[in-house]
Amino acid sequence: MDFPKEEFLAPGHRGCAGCGAALVVRLALKQSGKNTVVIAATGCLEVMTTPYPETAWEVPFIHVAFENAGAVASGVERALKAQGKEDVNVIAFGGDGGSVDIGLQSISGAMERGHNLTYICYDNEAYMNTGIQRSGATPWGASTTTSPSGSVSYGEDKPKKNMPMIMAAHGIPYIATASISYPEDFMQKVKKATETKGPAYIHINQPCTTGWGFEPAKTIEIGRLGVETGFWPLYEIENGEFRVTYRPTERKPVVEYLKSQKRFKHLGEDEVEKIQEYVDNQCEELGI
Amino acid sequence: MTTSVGCTIDKPGSTRVNKTGSWRTFKPILNKDKCVECDNCYIFCPEGSINQEYGIDYDFCKGCGICSNECPVNAIEMEIDN
Amino acid sequence: MTKKVMTATAAISNAVRLAKPDVIPVYPITPMTKVAEYIADYVANGELDTEYIRVESEHSAMSAAIGASSTGVRTYTATSSQGLMYMHEVLFAAAGMRAPIVMGDANRSISSPLCIMNDQQDSITQRDAGWMQFYAKDGQEALDLTLTSFKVAENENVLLPAMVCIDGFIITHTNEIVDVPEQEDVDRFLPPYVPKYSYLDPEKPVTVGSMTDSKYYMDARYGVEVAMNKSVKVIEDAFKEFKDIFGREHDLIETYKCEDADIIFIGLGSVCSTVKVLVDEMREKGEKVGMLRVVSYRPFPSEKINEAVKNASKLAVIEKDISFGMGGALYQDLKTTVEGKEIIDFVIGLGGRDITPSTIYEVLERTKNPSKIINWIGIEEDD
Repeated sequence: MDFPKEEFLAPGHRGCAGCGAALVVRLALKQSGKNTVVIAATGCLEVMTTPYPETAWEVPFIHVAFENAGAVASGVERALKAQGKEDVNVIAFGGDGGSVDIGLQSISGAMERGHNLTYICYDNEAYMNTGIQRSGATPWGASTTTSPSGSVSYGEDKPKKNMPMIMAAHGIPYIATASISYPEDFMQKVKKATETKGPAYIHINQPCTTGWGFEPAKTIEIGRLGVETGFWPLYEIENGEFRVTYRPTERKPVVEYLKSQKRFKHLGEDEVEKIQEYVDNQCEELGI
Repeated sequence: MTTSVGCTIDKPGSTRVNKTGSWRTFKPILNKDKCVECDNCYIFCPEGSINQEYGIDYDFCKGCGICSNECPVNAIEMEIDN
Repeated sequence: MTKKVMTATAAISNAVRLAKPDVIPVYPITPMTKVAEYIADYVANGELDTEYIRVESEHSAMSAAIGASSTGVRTYTATSSQGLMYMHEVLFAAAGMRAPIVMGDANRSISSPLCIMNDQQDSITQRDAGWMQFYAKDGQEALDLTLTSFKVAENENVLLPAMVCIDGFIITHTNEIVDVPEQEDVDRFLPPYVPKYSYLDPEKPVTVGSMTDSKYYMDARYGVEVAMNKSVKVIEDAFKEFKDIFGREHDLIETYKCEDADIIFIGLGSVCSTVKVLVDEMREKGEKVGMLRVVSYRPFPSEKINEAVKNASKLAVIEKDISFGMGGALYQDLKTTVEGKEIIDFVIGLGGRDITPSTIYEVLERTKNPSKIINWIGIEEDD
């Protein structure tokens, strides 16, 4: 793929070495280009990129609060429309906490109302900015600071909330999952999302070196393992048509993904088996 | 008063004053002879510190090592940065 | 001008129509719902060209308003009570981000227990958010203050959001004669909004709503303080221009027979109309009383109040809000700003409890012969 040359997220931001969230934004903005307004929920991304009086953003950017990126984006989109600037790409970024938990109502409203915007949830599967607390997107078995593993606990005891399917239930024209380890796939989806008339939602898996417990160099490798094991499926739903966008030729055992991260290190054979079963069912259901 | 109205920042990309290269422990060194121009290092860098000609901007490279890890031909070595 | 009989919600909606906001995100709530409905009708009938967003909550109404205002357009919303409480967090954001949003609030009590009737606890509780707050006594004043609020909020020396409060049901649902200004006069008073500072525009990228640390945060908050103080002059100038164009006079306070009064009743909103009538009646009985109505609660017109009450010995504060154990907010503000007067606080009319002439007479008696500083009127107090 010929990647667009221009960058719209400047270096010097305070993201950790190996930060996947910075990469999500870098790739998304490369695709959407200069004619973009960004809205962000409170979280790592906003904190690390806007330390007053500096900003890493080279497109217009607004942050208001944690739970309202969907609503702020709605207001921005309509104000642009009122000014006759309907060609501007409106992209909202929220972490999993800001999207699947506290921000769900505001996203749901924005999607249901049909605003012409793209919402990208960068999912690192816990509240990383406050120090790795579990969210509704934390997978079963992960140890976080509020779902720690212990002598009588295997960690998080609920499966991950299925946000892309919640978005699909809104009947919006474009929904996709993505991974930072598959940049062409992700950028193609950003292209489709921003070209869609109406709301689009992309849920991207973003390995977090600090929160998941792995060497910064492994960010991409672990994201890839997530996809190759079937733990993180890549698909899109375009005008109601479901399509898997990447199928591993031979799915790797999920234990390879689990053992690469500190958050799953405590799991025993029984738990690993249970997760493998969960992944198998998911892949069967999605046709992977 | 030292802040702008509403703390709006009108200098896009101004985090460039913050040279994050100082965070680095390991430094990526590219052996151009081995490079197969696959673009992995360029596209996977969270800092955008590697350009399309595979030049590394050490002012900002945090030394995460993703470029080295993702290089299919081991053309990038991570060395202790003195 | 066209004189018409209408409710205050209709009067406010007319002001919004004439001000032509570009974006109006709104969520219905009793007793302010009619504003959302009237505006929807204007849009449906082509009388107002605006982006009307039927948001899913008040929190999102204010969030969308901040997004729109930060994109450089005139923005309006309206709410009441629980809705205003739900906005609480983002009200502070709107002020801190210096978004000149105008919002109508129908004053209604706060749960629990749930009650939809009038008092002013909802907006008084937001007094520290950094919003200007105006309290109208009737629909005409609500219309006039809504138009004025846009002009003041959008002034480059202010750039603070403004709230126009009216008493729920008592005023929102009362029919009265309202002078509706002509569009061309409003256009002269309130030209289109042209933001002085940068806003969200791909041609000139800015970052709005940044992260500060202790090196900058306090300066930013002080910026709001300075703007609030500067707004006093801007409001006065706007009122002068308003009078020139529309003929009606407004001020940050309204006074009635205060010059020679020994006791002055002080309050917010429609209750002052009741008091005004009773001042005449009490004076006929030989009581030297007067009335002062605080129209602009934020900014607080301390100088004007001090000047107006200088000849009185006692101030009887009549208010529909309470900071438990400490009296109402207006009482506390007056204690801070007025020296050398005996100030007695009267909490009345919470949850729409009737305020009758006898209520005000009781206030008068208790002011003449005070037994305590904080008095709850209209209930059996547990002494």
